[in-house]
Amino acid sequence: MNVLDEIVQDQLRTDLPELASGDTVKVSAKVIEGTRERIQVFEGTVMRLRGGGITRSITVRRIASGVGVERTFKINSPRIEKIEVVRHGVARRAQLYFLRDRVGKAATLRERRTRS
Amino acid sequence: MSIGLIGRKVGMTQVFQDDGTMVAVSVVAIQPNTVTRVRTPERDGYTAVQLGTDVVGKLSRPEAGQLKDLPKVKTIREFRVDDVDSFEVGQTMNLGDVFAAGDEVDVTGVSKGKGTAGVIKRHNFRRGPKTHGSDHHRAPGSIGPGTTPGRVYRGMKMSGHMGDETVTVKKVRVVRTDPDRNLLLVKGSLPGARGGLILVKKA
Repeated sequence: MNVLDEIVQDQLRTDLPELASGDTVKVSAKVIEGTRERIQVFEGTVMRLRGGGITRSITVRRIASGVGVERTFKINSPRIEKIEVVRHGVARRAQLYFLRDRVGKAATLRERRTRS
Repeated sequence: MSIGLIGRKVGMTQVFQDDGTMVAVSVVAIQPNTVTRVRTPERDGYTAVQLGTDVVGKLSRPEAGQLKDLPKVKTIREFRVDDVDSFEVGQTMNLGDVFAAGDEVDVTGVSKGKGTAGVIKRHNFRRGPKTHGSDHHRAPGSIGPGTTPGRVYRGMKMSGHMGDETVTVKKVRVVRTDPDRNLLLVKGSLPGARGGLILVKKA
């Protein structure tokens, strides 16, 4: 392993589920409000995964009160409490930018059947 | 005029800080430095500490003669310091003795050579239009008046060799030190290629 990977090794998280584009996830992120810290849950579709190692991030898209909202999370961040996969969606491409042009039912993905 | 250490650039990565924010860092490997000579006003006319690093198996006879029974260090650099009383020849200086997270340091390296570069890359000139009949693409334009003075002023910014020069980045914040692995993590980018010689000095 090279030195650069070694440095960030202890900051990489091992408690995260396997994520794929199209999955519906619940991201519990810590937010600071004034002096108080609380957990904010953001649920939506994983639109893309970016980066490798410590820089890995996901962009999650949801429709919040009629407005499309996208949030990007550094998934190894200590400010993320946990990430839960609610549902696996069928995605035939890695970046689901086409979801931005779709509303309502058209913006949903079929559920991926997993053999288990 | 403060002490520093000799290191080599390893590369760049990103780390999370205690508050959860991410920061881009340059990693400098600083192997233990050996004090190879102390310059005193009486003998040398100035005060400085000469440090060496990169221990090799064999040195040329003149180099070995300078070092006598000190470790065989290939790379030697001097740091000007005001007070040399706390240094003695043969002393080993580790990264942890000099730097701590949160310190500000000045970092010197030799920037990557860019070869012959035009004025746009070298001096941030603006380019001309690409199309619409323009024949003024990346040319510098006028370089001065005509018959009076009949010459080009000295120091005119023109194309030429770029990079491969000593660059010092000042007031760089130390994000983390890793004394076990002899690594120093500083915020942002540093001059030079990976493996290049880097001098880190207290700001």
